Amino acid sequence: MSATPALTAERPAAPPPRRRTSTTKRRQYRAAYLFLVPFFVVFITMLVVPLVYAGYLSLFESKLIGGQAFNGLGNYIRALTDPLFLEGLGRVGLFFIVQVPIMLGLALFFALALDTFRARGSKAIRLLIYMPYAVPAVVATLMWGYLYGPDFGPLAQIARAAGLGTPEFLSAENMLGSMMNIVTWEFVGYNMIIMYAALRSIPAELYEAAEIDGAGQFRMAWSIKIPAIRPAIMLTVIFSVIGSFQLFAEPSLLSIIAPNVVINSYTPNFYAYNLAFVNQELNYAASIAFLLGIVIAVVSYIVQLGAQRRERRERSLS
Amino acid sequence: MIKKTRRTALALVGGAVSIGLLLTGCTPSSGGGSTDTVSQDDIDKAMTTPTKLTFWTWVPDIENEVKLFEDKYPAIDVTVENVGQGLPHYQKLRSAIEAGEGAPDVAQLEYQYIPSFVLNESLLDLTPYGADDLAGDYVDWAWKQVAPDAEVWAIPQDVGPMGNLYREDILAEAGITEPPATWDDYATAAKAVKEKTGSYISNLGATQAGQMIGFFWQAGVKPFGYDGKETVKIDVNSDDAKKVAGYWTDLVQQDLISTDVDFNDTWYQGLASGKYAGWLTAAWGPIFLQGTAESTSGLWRAAPLPQWTEGEEVSGNWGGSSDAVLASSKNPIAAYELAKFINNDESSAMKLATEQFLFPPQVSVLEDPAFADQESEFYGGQQVNKLFAQISTTVDTDFQWVPFMDYVYSTYEETMGTVIADKGDIAAALDTWQDQLVKYAEDQGFTVE
Repeated sequence: MSATPALTAERPAAPPPRRRTSTTKRRQYRAAYLFLVPFFVVFITMLVVPLVYAGYLSLFESKLIGGQAFNGLGNYIRALTDPLFLEGLGRVGLFFIVQVPIMLGLALFFALALDTFRARGSKAIRLLIYMPYAVPAVVATLMWGYLYGPDFGPLAQIARAAGLGTPEFLSAENMLGSMMNIVTWEFVGYNMIIMYAALRSIPAELYEAAEIDGAGQFRMAWSIKIPAIRPAIMLTVIFSVIGSFQLFAEPSLLSIIAPNVVINSYTPNFYAYNLAFVNQELNYAASIAFLLGIVIAVVSYIVQLGAQRRERRERSLS
Repeated sequence: MIKKTRRTALALVGGAVSIGLLLTGCTPSSGGGSTDTVSQDDIDKAMTTPTKLTFWTWVPDIENEVKLFEDKYPAIDVTVENVGQGLPHYQKLRSAIEAGEGAPDVAQLEYQYIPSFVLNESLLDLTPYGADDLAGDYVDWAWKQVAPDAEVWAIPQDVGPMGNLYREDILAEAGITEPPATWDDYATAAKAVKEKTGSYISNLGATQAGQMIGFFWQAGVKPFGYDGKETVKIDVNSDDAKKVAGYWTDLVQQDLISTDVDFNDTWYQGLASGKYAGWLTAAWGPIFLQGTAESTSGLWRAAPLPQWTEGEEVSGNWGGSSDAVLASSKNPIAAYELAKFINNDESSAMKLATEQFLFPPQVSVLEDPAFADQESEFYGGQQVNKLFAQISTTVDTDFQWVPFMDYVYSTYEETMGTVIADKGDIAAALDTWQDQLVKYAEDQGFTVE
């Protein structure tokens, strides 16, 4: 079987002819809107209004001397030519390309392994893999910062004892890799749970049919399980796009132990924060945040588009 | 030097407290604007009218000093709030000022941040309240920090004149029996210590702007200036600054001085384990070190900083705070009285110095035998307070700041920190740093001198 057909294809071409809404229907509608009100109130006050306000702010320029003045798209032009912002963007882009496949690959592997061998102890293993996600990112980063320490960190001590010299986890060259490791450790379990849940919902008849056809476990994983959970995998990819591009807690905490490596513009999100609170360039920070949002939207869209195109191609082949 | 624990540690030790209280019933002056001198009658009235004051500070247990104030002025009720140390504190203060509400009456400010609050007219000029009369109570250079021109912006709470803490045993092992008197001696000693014991004579915190600026201060470098309006002076790459930077480049490149980032675990352990045989630090350092390197008690000694010219006695400052009254305070008289009481009342100032271990700027405390004659076991019975009290009189009085030290420190970490950590040419990095600072200042609308 190929992927589930896209919903759009199933939608009827034309709406049914309009009929006068009955009183009951009207009452139902009213109730529906009433139930939606709390959501919209929170959504508008907590999300839309701040967003619009940030957008508004990003069009101004504020100086320590002279105060605020309208600046049009000046902040955006500055951001697009700001090497610090572009470097930061490049860094999280690289992070996304390298770290996300590793993380999701591992998550998928664990999910398939757990699903295939529902043996004793699998519950405990599932919990163990998931546990890092329950550790707050702040705590995790502090912990890894200690593990990475060049003098007294256990990893360095083990390496030295084994005669390998001191590994420089926190040097400029290795910092991004060290962060990838932390994030992977943190989020493998989370992604695994999403995939595992999707795997459990595959109807058993498919496996029976595959077995009758003589398919082994690997064949089943490749031809049944992975295609069946593709929507779940897509979901984890989109989450990962957002997570990578918004990297903040890790650089912000590692900058305490390696401030000369994790500079204030290390990731775009961290840059926006520092612009606002260290450089006191609130308006410029707002435009950086906006641009970052646009980049995330575009990347997510491209990822989704790629997946859909593939789906369509496969459907036309089958 | 904000974010980060380092700042926290620094701020904690060097921190200050302020006062903020006020009374109601004060003269109806709008913040900052009043220039008429406040009369004793006004003060008496203000101090006996029931008033609530808010005081933002991160000095631990400051409630004890505030209690003394409340005992003296029962009508006044002070709420102490700790909204964070260093950067978070300033961020919240700026937000409250910007929002026009929620700002405290009195707030702790480190000296280098005073200009950034003068810039947007957030501080109350304390001269009409009689602050001028306090000038003689403080060491000159500390007073100059809060009153660079005609106005008085805050009351000094604590300071950090710099000295040299060193491990007597490690230096003795290297054949050095006297603390190095000049920087040349220090370089020679560094070589001996490294060769004979394997220790670094001290560590230059790669990203520690406060320490380097302290060295500049000692060498007579005047990297910054601000006229209180729109003109700033930025001169971090002067010849004198490059002389200091070149000295450190030399030691760092010979691997005689380590350049670990300070105030983190690795560094704490380095102090305790003898990796560093010394620490060039401020007057808040001795107590801080006691807590950090307990196991080495009795092995440390304190001395003045090595000198550039033999026989001179000059030092710089690193850290310390003051207490300022916000221009938005509705009870400026009481607020001023609180800021003054905490840092000027004999019992309160003494408490700060002997219980919270803030190194005092008050001449009376510095000279008080109860403070100066304390003998510290950690330093082999040495009278460390007395030594730093003497050093405190040798700090250059004219050192000033720019009103955007947050930016100055954060670019130091990035531009200078990278070069120092990589053992590069520190003097050359000063040029890059200078360009960054000038560009920022110009972008922000300042005239750069």
